[in-house]
Amino acid sequence: MEVKIKSMKYEDFKDNEYIEHLIAELKAAHTNVVVGCLDELINWGRSNSLWPLTFATSCCGIEFMSLGAARYDMARFGFEVARASPRQADFVMVAGTIVHRMAPVLKRLYDQLAEPKYVVAAGGCAVSGGPFRNSYHVLKGVEEILPVDVYIPGCPPRPEAMFYGLMQLQRKVKVEKFFGGVNRQEKREKVFGK
Amino acid sequence: MANIQQEISGFLPEATFVEGAILEVAVPDAKWHELALYLRDKLHFDYLVSIVGMDWGETMGCIYYLTSTADNSQVSVKVETSDRENPLLHTVSDLWKSAYLYEREVYDFYGIRFINHPDMRRLFLRNDWVGYPLRKDYNADPALNPIRLEHEAVDDVTHAIVETEDGKLEERTNTIFSPEEFVVNIGPQHPATHGVLRLRTSLDGEIVKKVDVYCGYIHRGIEKLCESLTYPQTLHFADRLDYMSAQQNRHAVCLCIEDALQIEVPMRAQYIRTIMDELMRISSHLLFWSTFCMDLGGTTAFFYGFRDREKILDIFEETCGARMTFNYYTIGGLMADLHPDFQRKVKEFCAYLPAKLKEYHTLFTGNVIAQQRMKGVGLLSREDAISYGIAGPSGRASGWACDVRKNHPYALYDKVEFNEVVRTEGDVFARYMVRLDEILESIHIIEQLIDNIPEGDYAVKMKPIIKLPEGRYFRQVEASRGPLGIFIESHGDKNPYRLKINSACLPLVAGLDPMCRGGKIADLIAIGGSLDYVIPDMDR
Ligand code: SF4
Repeated sequence: MEVKIKSMKYEDFKDNEYIEHLIAELKAAHTNVVVGCLDELINWGRSNSLWPLTFATSCCGIEFMSLGAARYDMARFGFEVARASPRQADFVMVAGTIVHRMAPVLKRLYDQLAEPKYVVAAGGCAVSGGPFRNSYHVLKGVEEILPVDVYIPGCPPRPEAMFYGLMQLQRKVKVEKFFGGVNRQEKREKVFGK
Repeated sequence: MANIQQEISGFLPEATFVEGAILEVAVPDAKWHELALYLRDKLHFDYLVSIVGMDWGETMGCIYYLTSTADNSQVSVKVETSDRENPLLHTVSDLWKSAYLYEREVYDFYGIRFINHPDMRRLFLRNDWVGYPLRKDYNADPALNPIRLEHEAVDDVTHAIVETEDGKLEERTNTIFSPEEFVVNIGPQHPATHGVLRLRTSLDGEIVKKVDVYCGYIHRGIEKLCESLTYPQTLHFADRLDYMSAQQNRHAVCLCIEDALQIEVPMRAQYIRTIMDELMRISSHLLFWSTFCMDLGGTTAFFYGFRDREKILDIFEETCGARMTFNYYTIGGLMADLHPDFQRKVKEFCAYLPAKLKEYHTLFTGNVIAQQRMKGVGLLSREDAISYGIAGPSGRASGWACDVRKNHPYALYDKVEFNEVVRTEGDVFARYMVRLDEILESIHIIEQLIDNIPEGDYAVKMKPIIKLPEGRYFRQVEASRGPLGIFIESHGDKNPYRLKINSACLPLVAGLDPMCRGGKIADLIAIGGSLDYVIPDMDR
């Protein structure tokens, strides 16, 4: 099985082992043929209409806004419906520094997202605390409070880098088992607990 | 300067003076309020620029920077207390309204409480935070302040210390919102607050009765971080404060350090810095236009504004190597020379933009709905602008000529010709127009310089370890949103003893309450958009 993304060739991605590992895992679990086909169909739809919850706190957020403007145009990938309400979004795009005061707010927004849900950490600050890592009031990355699916390094990441990261998320969505897999809250909690 | 000194010592003989670029007056706390009143009313120091909290080890205190709007002269006042357990100073928030938030900031960082200040809550940190982070003996143990995932309690009452008639101190509680009031929370994650600002708003139907501002949702503790970094290392935070004025912010830090070291920056670098500052200003105002129109429902404007902003980013990228956080200025000059295409591209851009501005006006400015939502909304008088310290484009829209480029010129601003855009209406529309007109002035400045950039070095050679001579330094530049001040106290080491960033945006949100009162809740969005604050800048 090959995970196809329309905008970019499979060989051009840098971390194909990771995706292949996921596929191997999936195969080992012996998917039912009917459900497997349905899965593919649903995931095709899901991965091409990922709606972000904008959580732009600072500089990286401005770059994320450029993604929405005409030059970079994230509508090409199906990300254009940036929502301000977690109830209508598929993943939270954490673009910017997360500080102590903000942590409970972000956690609550994450809890309000409907399953299946994902977290993208965009920019040095969201990945690790970035330039402010040693500060008394900054989280050393959102992973301290949320399970992160894709990390996008950069300060700020270029719009192209953000797209690359978001396409990785698409690939991840494509190899997932929708039935009995990813859309179960318990499983996710187990993963997070580990 | 001498006569200010004479006047003050005539009024208050126990005041002591330290001369420098800005005269420093030291007064005992008991006399400070009296002197403050005298300074404001008799000597016209009606603009309180900054309050810098300080911890000198033995004592703690504040340094107040004052400017006179009559002749732009500056003075600073130092007040200290030796009580570390329960430090108290007298408030001046009744004299300058900007002190209201500044003093809360000092309380938050140093635990100094202000007598007679009506509202002594923390400003940036959670109300259950343990310790005062900018004190030198702050305990940074993460066990004391772990990441708390439960929400902090909302405070409807606040504490104050009041001095009674007979000189006794009393603890009081003041009400912010009474139980009968209908309070709506806006933010911190709300697309129209332009970042992570949180407002608690008391409403009567659709009418706004009171706005209470909560900051700190992006407080990164930059000032504390700087205290353990060397001077060149502190520079890179400047780009990330108000990222829409990255170049100007960095200019301020560089200027402050260059001043202290008395370095002469090469002419070529000065030219380039001035041009870059203005390009940055244009890009910031374009972003303002895009987002402001979007807030008012003109979604297409967003695409137009970003289209033109991208052109500037391309120019920046060729020379600085980045689209946003440039890291281009350095102490003594610039990091790198210009890209060979720079002049051509800038000239093309300067020829291109004025026509587009006309398009903007046709698209949005003349629109009837837009006009109705902007004109006469969010009025701010000149006196209020000065008292709240709302400078920059927003202050100039209220008739206050407060442009640092004119009042205290730096780089090449005294050699170029440009108009300071000032309007007198003080409403949302005036603030909108000032910004659009400033774009034209910026183009005008760039056009005067772009063909005359002299050859030569773009930087003076600096040692990697820089030590500033002992002293206090304060420099301001005009960033996109108003004056950005950098204060450095050096004890002669390779890192600053204290570095304070006096943001242009904090006063803007302080002014939200008076501007929004009595208006509709939809006006709050328009007013917030027209002030164009950037939250990481005020939270630092
Ligand atoms: S990673 Fe860099 S650009 Fe992004 S929010 Fe942090 S400091 Fe700003």
